[in-house]
Amino acid sequence: MRLAFILSEIGSGLRRNVSMVVSVILVTFVSLTFVGAAGMLQMQINQMKGYWYDKVQVAIFLCSEGSTAAGCAGGPVTAEQQESLNGLLESPAVAQYINDFQFESKEEAYTHFKDQFSNSPIVDSVTPDQLPASFRINMKDPEKYQIISETFASQPGVETVIDQRQLLERLFSVMNGASLVAVSIAGVMIVCAILLIATTIRLSAFSRRRETGIMRLVGASKTVIQLPFILEGVIAAVIGAALASATLWAVAHFFLGEFMSQQYPDTAFISSGQTLILAPALIILGGSLAGISSLLTLRRYLRV
Amino acid sequence: MIRFENVTKVYDQKARPALDSVNLEIDRGEFAFLVGASGSGKSTFLRLVLKEDRASSGAVYVAGQNVAKISSWRVPRLRRGIGVVFQDFRLLPQKNVFANVAFAMQVIGKSRSVIRDTVPEVLKTVGLEGKEHRMPHELSGGEQQRVAIARAVVNRPGILLADEPTGNLDPTTSMGIMGILDKINQNGTTVVMATHDDDIVNEMRKRVVELKNGVIIRDEAKALYTSMIPVVGQSRRLKDASGRENPEPGQPHECEGRR
Repeated sequence: MRLAFILSEIGSGLRRNVSMVVSVILVTFVSLTFVGAAGMLQMQINQMKGYWYDKVQVAIFLCSEGSTAAGCAGGPVTAEQQESLNGLLESPAVAQYINDFQFESKEEAYTHFKDQFSNSPIVDSVTPDQLPASFRINMKDPEKYQIISETFASQPGVETVIDQRQLLERLFSVMNGASLVAVSIAGVMIVCAILLIATTIRLSAFSRRRETGIMRLVGASKTVIQLPFILEGVIAAVIGAALASATLWAVAHFFLGEFMSQQYPDTAFISSGQTLILAPALIILGGSLAGISSLLTLRRYLRV
Repeated sequence: MIRFENVTKVYDQKARPALDSVNLEIDRGEFAFLVGASGSGKSTFLRLVLKEDRASSGAVYVAGQNVAKISSWRVPRLRRGIGVVFQDFRLLPQKNVFANVAFAMQVIGKSRSVIRDTVPEVLKTVGLEGKEHRMPHELSGGEQQRVAIARAVVNRPGILLADEPTGNLDPTTSMGIMGILDKINQNGTTVVMATHDDDIVNEMRKRVVELKNGVIIRDEAKALYTSMIPVVGQSRRLKDASGRENPEPGQPHECEGRR
């Protein structure tokens, strides 16, 4: 009975205040979308880092079938060439610059590739044969990349030497900047949302002061009087958060999943499923912000 | 049922206290009128009983409990034991008669079936059977006040406080309302009624407590609105005051302001 009563109170409160409730929904929607966008950028960065990013800096790709690089004129890398490269890496001249190195075979390369590009159709068209084997090198000083590059680029059986970190770092710094901007906008919008929720609850409490006055007189408990107002704010904010989550999902699904992955098939994009991890976080964030701000407002404007 | 021990209430340090060392005891099942000019402290008295305000000093006991010692989360329980009726009815305009009375039960969590049984019974007590589905604006002032009384007593409080319940009503309607309050009182509810209506007080012949400037100046059983004991100077002024009471409905405070 009491629950039904509280629900009907919430319903009448939301109806009376439709325009304010809609604005609360929209403001929380926009602010949480920015929060979520920042989250998605971070997820995307992690996605692009791949298996080797945090472990090594430099990759020496070996010639494979169909390599067109000048060093690969002699066809795919042979066991002897691979052995001599291994020897060169272990020689004191080179070893002084590196911490350690690992050999990644075609099969291992394929496994890591499948992990990273699990959301991309490109996986289906790739076979272990097409992926080059490589030496992955962990540098003592990443700045000395040039030395490794010069030493190995001209060795037989080496297709190319790449400083992966340098390649990605610039992109990541752009993405980090973008997520910082998103977080700042989100911060401003969240302040806006909190103030708007407080105002809405205040108006709602004012427009129902007759009811609350009577409730007080007949001895309704504080919970029964205040809960409808608090839930009003929370419901509006949760709807906004749900909209924000749906928007992020749609961006991941349609923009990244269908458009961007066609344009850049060699880039690993986050999947729409991954963005759903953000949804509960956004809903909890929105709901608790609304709950706390309405509680504080009621403490000032609704005597019990 | 209600006991005031040396109660003083000061709203503004510079002004005189609204209540000044008031000692008063109203027993269970009693019917008491609270009379006196505006600003004499009647409303403050009622507010202190409801714990809407705190006494500046002294103690207020309601049903044996010192209200100052009731923690804020138990105040609702105190208020459930007290029904209140106002001059301006305070009905919810968008709810019909039944819903207005049922509201008082809903908010304290009574079940639907209890509400369905109790509300018609109470409406019958106040003489409104058959008008359950009317809206407040479709009712006369007297009928609206009956709805308000029904709402005040539907949870069977031990005390009914009435703050000028007949202030907006004509004399005949007022007598009808008094009949209802009397009936409620005879069922065992303590009734305290603040009023300016001398005709009603004279008709009812109940206990009369007269306040003036926050001080009790008279407390008589089966009394009239004005004292039968002549006090030189004072009774003359009191008569004057009573002669000017019974304000026009709708603008009750205007003539008081001019005084």
